This record gives sequence, structure tokens and C-alpha cells, in this order.
Amino acid sequence: MPELKLPDIDYAALLPMLILFGAACVGVLIEGFVPRSVRNMVQLVLSLAAMVAALVFVIRRAGEVTAENAATIGGAIMIDNMGLFMEGALLVLGLVSLLLFGERTLERGGAFVPHAAVTVGSERDREQAVDSGATEVYPLALFSLGGMLMFVTANDLLTMFVALEVFSLPLYLMCALARRKRLLSQESALKYFLLGAYASAFFLFGVAMIYGFAKGVDFRAIHEAVRGSETSPTLLLIGLALVAIGLLFKIAAAPFHVWTPDVYQGAPTPVTAFMAACTKAAAFGALLRVLYVGFDGAKWHFTPVLGAVAVLTMLVGAVLAVTQTDLKRLLAYSSVANAGYLMVGLLGGNKDGLSSTLFYLVAYGFTVIAAFALVSLVRDADGEATHLSRWAGLGRRSPLFAGIFTFLLLAFAGIPLTSGFMAKFGVFGAAIAGDQTWLVIFGVLTSIVLAFPYLRVVVMMWLSEPGETTPSVSIPGVLTSAVLGIGTVATLLLGVLPGPLLELADQASSFIR
Amino acid sequence: MLTSLWLLIAIPFVSGGLLLLLGRRADRWGHWLGVLAPAVSFVLGLIAFVQLGGRSDKAVEQNLWSFIAVGDLKIDFGLLFDPLSGVFVLLITGVGSLIHLYAVGYMAHDERRRTFFGYFNIFVAAMLLLVLGNNYVMLYLGWEGVGLASYLLISFWFNRPSAATAGKKAFIMNRVGDAGFALAIFLLFKELGTVKYTGDGGVFESVGQLSQGTVLMVGILLLLGACGKSGQFPLQAWLPDAMEGPTPVSALIHAATMVTAGVYLIARSNPIFSANPTLQVIVVSVGAITLLIGCIIGAAKDDIKRVLAWSTVSQIGYMFLGVGLGGGAYALAIIHLLAHGFFKANMFLGAGSVMHGMQDQVDIRRFGGLSKHMKITWLTFMMGWLAIIGIPPLSGYFTKEPIIAAAFERGDWTSWLFGGAALLGAGLTAFYMTRLFVLTFHGPKRWTEGQHPHESPAIMWIPLVLLAIGSVVAGFLMKTSVVTWLNPVFEGVETAHHESVIPHSLINILGIAFTVIGAGLAWMLFQRGTALMPEPAGPVVTAARNNLYTDAFNEVVFEKPGRWLTRALVYVDNKGVDGLVNGLAALVGGGSGRLRRLQTGFVRSYALSMLAGGVLVLGALLAVRLG
Amino acid sequence: MDEYLDSYAPVALLALVGVLIVGGGFLANRLLRPRQPNAAAGKRDTYECGLDPVPGGWAQMHIRYYLYAYLYVLFAVEAVFLFPWALVYLKAGLAVIVEMAIFIGVLALGLLYAWRKRALTWQ
Repeated sequence: MPELKLPDIDYAALLPMLILFGAACVGVLIEGFVPRSVRNMVQLVLSLAAMVAALVFVIRRAGEVTAENAATIGGAIMIDNMGLFMEGALLVLGLVSLLLFGERTLERGGAFVPHAAVTVGSERDREQAVDSGATEVYPLALFSLGGMLMFVTANDLLTMFVALEVFSLPLYLMCALARRKRLLSQESALKYFLLGAYASAFFLFGVAMIYGFAKGVDFRAIHEAVRGSETSPTLLLIGLALVAIGLLFKIAAAPFHVWTPDVYQGAPTPVTAFMAACTKAAAFGALLRVLYVGFDGAKWHFTPVLGAVAVLTMLVGAVLAVTQTDLKRLLAYSSVANAGYLMVGLLGGNKDGLSSTLFYLVAYGFTVIAAFALVSLVRDADGEATHLSRWAGLGRRSPLFAGIFTFLLLAFAGIPLTSGFMAKFGVFGAAIAGDQTWLVIFGVLTSIVLAFPYLRVVVMMWLSEPGETTPSVSIPGVLTSAVLGIGTVATLLLGVLPGPLLELADQASSFIR
Repeated sequence: MLTSLWLLIAIPFVSGGLLLLLGRRADRWGHWLGVLAPAVSFVLGLIAFVQLGGRSDKAVEQNLWSFIAVGDLKIDFGLLFDPLSGVFVLLITGVGSLIHLYAVGYMAHDERRRTFFGYFNIFVAAMLLLVLGNNYVMLYLGWEGVGLASYLLISFWFNRPSAATAGKKAFIMNRVGDAGFALAIFLLFKELGTVKYTGDGGVFESVGQLSQGTVLMVGILLLLGACGKSGQFPLQAWLPDAMEGPTPVSALIHAATMVTAGVYLIARSNPIFSANPTLQVIVVSVGAITLLIGCIIGAAKDDIKRVLAWSTVSQIGYMFLGVGLGGGAYALAIIHLLAHGFFKANMFLGAGSVMHGMQDQVDIRRFGGLSKHMKITWLTFMMGWLAIIGIPPLSGYFTKEPIIAAAFERGDWTSWLFGGAALLGAGLTAFYMTRLFVLTFHGPKRWTEGQHPHESPAIMWIPLVLLAIGSVVAGFLMKTSVVTWLNPVFEGVETAHHESVIPHSLINILGIAFTVIGAGLAWMLFQRGTALMPEPAGPVVTAARNNLYTDAFNEVVFEKPGRWLTRALVYVDNKGVDGLVNGLAALVGGGSGRLRRLQTGFVRSYALSMLAGGVLVLGALLAVRLG
Repeated sequence: MDEYLDSYAPVALLALVGVLIVGGGFLANRLLRPRQPNAAAGKRDTYECGLDPVPGGWAQMHIRYYLYAYLYVLFAVEAVFLFPWALVYLKAGLAVIVEMAIFIGVLALGLLYAWRKRALTWQ
């Protein structure tokens, strides 16, 4: 029997992930042993502390990345500049959206249901209406976020698959935990789970194909096989297509976006914000790594096809957003279209494409979290009032919040002085530099289309008379206010002074193979 | 002082800003702040001017900050103080201060006096920026600034429809000129890559690289701008209407300073204009035509301010004639401009004083015999009158006569043409100014009921006296070093000196003769007064009364086709563009409605669509490889 | 690629043979059978003898069975990892023991959670 050699593990590099997973385990214990009355506070503080600690270690690591120390656990995880940037971005966005989880002043007991398994509308369900909401969401979110960190730093396809499942499974659960409109929530969770499993199957099948081609699943082996292999690349292309489908599902690219509107609408709004910002970022981080590190030699093959997917994504997102009547669905389609714009930057190739995509992810993340935070404020007796018609005349009732929402919508539309403009400008510029002008043409055209639904909301809020049914805007608690403030200020700052983040993204835009 | 030129502009600008921003709080003392600002600028300007005299290089340049830096376009917020801008600074702030002082009295009963002074200060600041800038963009900035101030002040009494209309007319006609000016700047930047006057391969140093055609194009566009701002043919029609503004505005903006900006532009751009003889002929022609138009129409008008306005048009025609002749005539034109600034401001303020005493009557048919009632106004106006018609030894004689002489020195048949026009203009000027003077101050009283003419208060007549003194002595500038001073600005200007076609002394005699004949004729005709209402007259007078039909011409040639074009565009916009946009919107909306049905809510159909997408992606990837 | 696919040729062949046998059977049946179907009563019952099935084929399982089943599967799968661990990796010493302890600890944590949530008591 040959000598057994265990891989070296660089715990310092893995610490952010380990902290999150560890804190999640502690969170499970807290569920078991801490009294219900203080559980929310304890869980919230623990989760935030874990994220901050993880963030601190990410930042401390920032200067120390070298080509030698980047890979760890036998090359399964790669903490390079790009991975570190994505970890930091995910932690910051996760931190902000986690604040929304903790909000308890808008609704008694918070946005989550105490016992999800209780049949909707039953006697017990009415009894639990006043109970404190489930606090399992915190460990679930931590598990999910830890999985995302692993996802963006995975250096082989199998680790990536494990990470994919680690961050997806908690998300499926969290989607089902809405306190109000729970049938919708449970339906969305089931849909998300089924389709997610379906997409995972594609991914796994693709991994098998690629293994058949490259005789390995780590990106260096794949890269070398793509460049130098004598074997016919049919297997490679099949594998690439299937792996890409698994990832395109997560970023919500058409036609793999079908789950997005249903899930965004059904999931509790804090979870939607978390998904819109973090899942998208994580999935793009992984897609960037797969395409730039593993398959860059097959660029000529995948660019036109993924370009077509990007165009379709932008078109579907923009066109379908036009007729949406529910604000959360509208934001879901906007998120689909934004996935298209991000793909434009990604397909631009080279360093510019990479750094502009990174900037876009962060900028969009902040804006979308703030937007969902605002959606959670407009409520009536049945919870959030997300139908568009209910928002008519909101500008008269609460000019401040309507003003903030207008600003956020303008950022989505990419109006100058907002981060949305800088972000779009960056990805389009990178695509032009990378000779993908056709993508930019579609990008600009769909941006025009997309401006319509955004502006329609603005017009409704400001120019319509408030009706009898116009709900009031709840006074946000400290946590939601903080989220709103952070998101709005970040949207403004990244639009006015994008320099520091652009520089950071530029420094981060290098992979180690 | 030369190191902090920006103060010259900043002081009136800040003062104007304060007056406008402070609102009613500044009502009680605002006008004094308004007077103080240009006065301080004048003192500083004077110091700077004296200091400049002590320097050998005769030009100070300062780059305050980088104004625009985009790609190759780098424009500094830079100032240039040389004899030419120095002379203008003194004129603007000196005459400007006196007119500000006068306005304190003139506007005393207007409840928006503070606002008036705010605009007035802003005007002074913009005008100073115009003459002090060291590149064309600075000039343009000031150019637009004075345009704005002019618009605001012409329609200052905006509740009078005629004033509002006149403001719009001025603004729109100026836009035509401004468009030309802007195109000229674009063209310069495109061809030379810079818009700076001199230094670092500035426009004037590299104008020689341009082809003759380009120079001609730039020159014509600049001239278009100059014509717009200075009320020259064919853009002269707005200037007389601009008299709807308060009289101090007419005196400062539409007589002494802003309308001479066109002359400044051409004088400043002398290396461009001297580089192409055809261009010079065009400028001279514009000047000659305008000076005759101005005289002829001025002789037929009955509104005291409009006569003066057409006189301004005509006198600026002389200045254009001067700058167009090139060579030494540049300096002559500038000196004439200075002298004109004094005597025309003097007469405008005199007219204002008359109106003040006559309950805002402006019809000279309704004056007469005022010399006994307003002695100071009469005397000061007389100085202006004698100066403008060119009676020695007043300023007009010294400044106009050399221009006429220069016009005779072109050396070919055009000498006769332009010289003759200038001489004829001198005679006509004498005629209509004498008519104005006699009908206003002499002859029988033709007042309307209830008039009690009286002299204006001291705050109004003190500026009159000072300006009258200026009108008398400004001519002696010709005898001073200012002419040689201006030469550094115009050095390198080719002085193709030709012999005059008729001896200089003869021109001198002819000039005085024309003047005396014109003045005498008018005196004889009008010393007994005139009819109270316009009478039917011959075709020439009728045409002159109707501004030689230039307004009608504009209406037929520009306005009507313009309206048609607008209507056509509106039609295209409504039917074509809107149709296209609405059609596209309907297409998107319809597409969205259909696509929406694919989102059934059933997981099975979602999974199917994902499968279909997967097959497509797979197929496409393989197809890309095979293809 | 082609070599790779060639190795699947027997599978494809086998599939073809299977299709032929089954299809051939049906075809033979169709050709040979009498063309007068028996429409006697009870013909369509699930079984042509014995008790009639009541009430239908669908039955509801109690959700609690799933809970126990999951908890069982969790540890059954865990045991799969324990065999190679015990046979191969245990040689590497303490580090490996700690790692497996953590792994089992995490799973135990789940069990602990289930116990505290009273998922183990039948109610």
C-alpha cells in the first residue's frame, strides 16, 4: 500500500469559510438550547459577528496572496485575488442583507414564520401568527454564505459542485419561510428546489463529460487539456455546455431564468434581497472562474453561444418586465436583465471585462438590497403590498421613501450619478474593447426598453393621486433604516466616486491557475 | 494688481450674485453695492493699466485653473491683460460706473431696482470676462454671459409685451450670430487643436498653417458672430428694438460696451482677418453698408432712443470699416470705439434725462425748446452732438476722420467706394443728429398737455457732465501714446500701405464740408419745428421709416421658411418619429404580453423550457465547432 | 472521441436487440391473437380473483415516517465514509481522527437539533 499523504491545509486562508460554517453550527446549538425569547437577538449578533470576523480575515489576507500560497487543500480551493475580492464582496452584501433578516419592528415576530410545517389556515396556524418567527434562518444564511465563499474559490469542478449544493439547499429552505402568503412561498421553494436539482444534475453530468475529456476536474488540468489535447473536443463542448447550464441557472440567464420571478415573488423579501445580491454574485464568481481559468482556450467556441444567451437574457428580462404588475416580479425580471448585462462584461474578456463585472456585481448588489428593503416597507393589513397599482401616489404619502425608491430605480436604469451608470458603462466599455460590440448594441437597446417599467413605477408614485387602497409606508426599524441608508449611499457614492472600488476591482481581476 | 486680474471680474460677479441671492434684504442698500462694484473694478483696472505701461512686454497672462480637459481639448480658465483688453476694461468699468451711478437716480422709483443692479453687475462681470479671456472659449463664455444679461435687461419691464418681445428678438437674433461664432471655435479647434490666442502654438501663431479657404470660413463665421452681437448688417434689426429696456441699459449695453464686442472680436482676431484679403473686403463691406443703413433709417425716426440706436448701428459700422481696413486702422477703430463709448453713453443718458423731465415722452416731435428748461442736459447733449458729427476739436473729429482717410487708402477703385460711403455717412450723421438735437432742445414747444420739464437730480446730471467731458477730450487719446500702445497687439499685422487716392488734406476739408452741409441743412429744415404727426413722404423716407424693409425681408426670407420647416418637422415628429416610437413600444408591449404566457407557473413547463434551452446551447456549441 | 464512443457499441447493440425482442413480441401477439376481445364483467379489475381493492391505489403515508427515514439515511450514509476512513486514512494519525470526529460531530449536531425540536418523539 503506498504511503498515505494528506494534503496541506492552510487554515488561515480558509478561515473566513470556517468561521461561517462554525458559527452556523453554533447557531444550530443555539436553536436547541437558548430560550426562544432572546434567540433572535443572540442569533443576529452571532451571525453579524461571524460575518465581520470573516471579513476581517479576508481583508487581512488581501496583501498576502502569492502564486505559491493561493491554492490549498491539495488544490481544491484557490484563494487568489479574484477569489478574495468575491469573498469580501459576498460578505459585505451578505452582511447588509442579513440586517433585513433581523428586522422585527415592521411585523410582529419578523418576516419569517415560526413553524413552516403547520398547515396554512389551520387552527394552529392562526395561533402561531403572533409567535416569534423562525430563527433558523440565521444558521441557514450562514451555511449558504459559507457555501458561496467556497463556490467562488473552488478550484475544481467537484468542489464547486459540493459548494453549489451547500449554498443552494439552505436557500430552498429559506424561501419557504415567509410569514405572509405562505402557500406562495412554499410553492416557490418547491419550484426552486426541483429546478435547482434539475440544474445541478446538468452541472454534474457536465463534470463527468469534462472528466472524460481532460482526465481531471481541476481547472489547471482542464486548461491544459483544452490547449493541448489531441482528443476531439466534442466531449469538452458537451461538458462545457452542461456545466455552463448549471451555472446559468443560478445567475438566472434566459432560458434558465424561469424560476426567478416565481421565487423572487414567493420568498420572504429579506431572502429575496439576499438571493438577488449574493447568489448572483457567487454564481458569477464561479462562472468567471470556470470560463476564464478552465476554458479560456475554448473562448472562440463559447463566446458566440453565451453571447446569444446574454442577448436572450437581456431581451427576455427587459421585455417581460414591461408587463409586470407585481413589484417583486418586476425586480426579478430586472435581475434577469442585469444578469444579461453582467454577461456582456464577462464576455468582453480580458482584464477589463473581469474588473467591470466585479464592479457591477457589487454596485448592483447594494442597489437591489436597498430596493427590496424598501419593498418590505410598503405594507397593508395583509403584509407587503407589492402590486404596482397599490404604489400609486406613494410620493404624496411618503416623499422620502418614494424619493429613495425613485433614485434606486434610476440606478437600475443606469442614469448618470448612480452606480448603475458606472457599472453599465464599465461592462459595455469592456465588451467594446473585446470586440463584442453586438452585445453592447443589444445591451443599450434593452436598457431603453427596461427604462420604461422603471419609469412607470416612478410616474405612478409621483404623478398619480393616492387612492383609498394606497397602503402606508411603515416606519422602518433601525436595521432596515441601516440597510436603506447603506444601499442608497453606496449607490450614490459608487456613481459619483467610483474610483476606489474600480481600483480595487482592477487589482482583484487576476486569477491564479 | 497684474497678478490678481481675476479680482476685476470677481468683484462685480460676487456683487451681482449677492444682490440677486439676498432678495429683499438687500433692497435698501443694494443699489449702492451695485455702484461700488464696478467702481472698485475701475480703480483696480486703472492700477493694472498703469502697471502694464511700466512693463516692456505689454501683455500679462494668467491661467487660473484648467476649465475643460477632455482628450485633446484642454482649455484653461485663463486671463490676458494687454493694451487692447486694458482699454476695454477701462471703458467698461469707467463708463459703466458712471451709468450705474446715473441708474441709482433713474431707477429710483422702480421697485425692482435691486434686481436691476444685480443684472447690471452680472453684465459688467461677463463683459470683463469677454475682454479678459485668453482664449476663444473664455471669450465665448463672456459673450453668452453678456447675451443673457442683455436679454434680462431688455425685457426688464417684462410685463410690457413690447419689452418681452424685444428681449426675445434680441436673444434669437444673437443666437444666429452665436451659432456662427461657436462653429468658428469648433473649426479652429479641429484645424489647429487649440483655441488659445497666443503662446504654446496658439491660434494666432499657427494661423499661417491654414489654407486660405479655411481662414475665410473661420473669418466669416467669426464675422457672423460679431454682426449678431454688434447689430451689423444683416443682423441689425434687434438693436433698435432693444431700446425697450431702461435707458441706462441702452446706454451701457446697447451703446457703449456690449455692442462693441463684435469690434473687439475682430480686433482681437486680427491675425486671422489680416491673413485673407477677401475676408477684409467682406468686413469693410459690412461696415460700409451698415453705416449707411444706420444713417438713413436714423434720419427718418421720431423716437429719440431709436434715433440714437440707429446712430449706434451706424457708428459701429464705422468701427467695422476700420477693423476691416486692417493695418493701422485697427487702432483707429478702437479709439473711435472709446470715443463713441463716451459720447453715445452721454447722449443716451441725456435722452434719459429728457424723458425723465418729460414724463417718459420719447417722440422728438413732442419736444422742442427744452434748452431753457434743462440747461445741463442741453449743454452735455450738445457736447455729445458736436462730438459725434465730428466738429473739431471734439473727439469725433479726431477719431472718425482718420478712418475716412484710411478708407481712401486702399489703392484701387474700392477706395472710392468705401471712402465715398464713409464721407457720405459723415454728412448723413451730421444731418440726423442735428435734426435730433434741434427738434429736442430748440425751436417751438410742441409738448403734450400738462408737461413741466425740469432738470434731473444731481445724481443723474453728474455722470452726464463727466461723460460730456469725456466726449470732448477722448479725441486727444489719438494724440497720446495709446495708439502706439495698441500696436503690440496689432503687430505683425501686414500694413500694405497705399497712397491715398486723394490728398489727405482734401479729405479733411471734404469731411468737415460734408458735416457742415448736413448739419446746416438739418438746422434750416427743423429750426421751426416739425409736424406733430408723420406725414406722407416719398419712397425713400417711407422705406427708411420702415427700417428699409429689413424686418420685412427677414420675415419673408427667414421667418416664413423657418415656420414651414418647423411645421414640417413637427409633422415628421408626430407622424414619423412618434409613430415609430409608439409602434416599437406596442411591439415590445405585445411581445411582453405573449412571452408572459410562457411563464405558466408549472414546474413541468419550466423544466421543459430549461431542457429546450440546454439542447439549444449544446447544439449551438457543437455547431460552432463544426461550422 | 470515436474510439471512446466505439466502446459503447455493444451497449447500443444490446439496446437494439432488446427493442427488437419486445417489439417483435408485441407484433407477434398482434398477428396471432383472436380479434374478439372478452368483455366479461370483472375483466378490468386489478386482479381477476380475490378481494376487490379498497379504496384506491393512492395511500397517504404519515409525514413522520419521512422524518425517521431521513434521520436513518443520514447515519447510514455516514457509515459508508467510515469504512475507507477506518481502513486507509486512520494510519495518518490524530489529525484524521479529529477530522472524522468533526464530521460526525456536525451530523450529531443535526440529531441534537432534531431531538431538541422534539422530532424524535412520536406525537
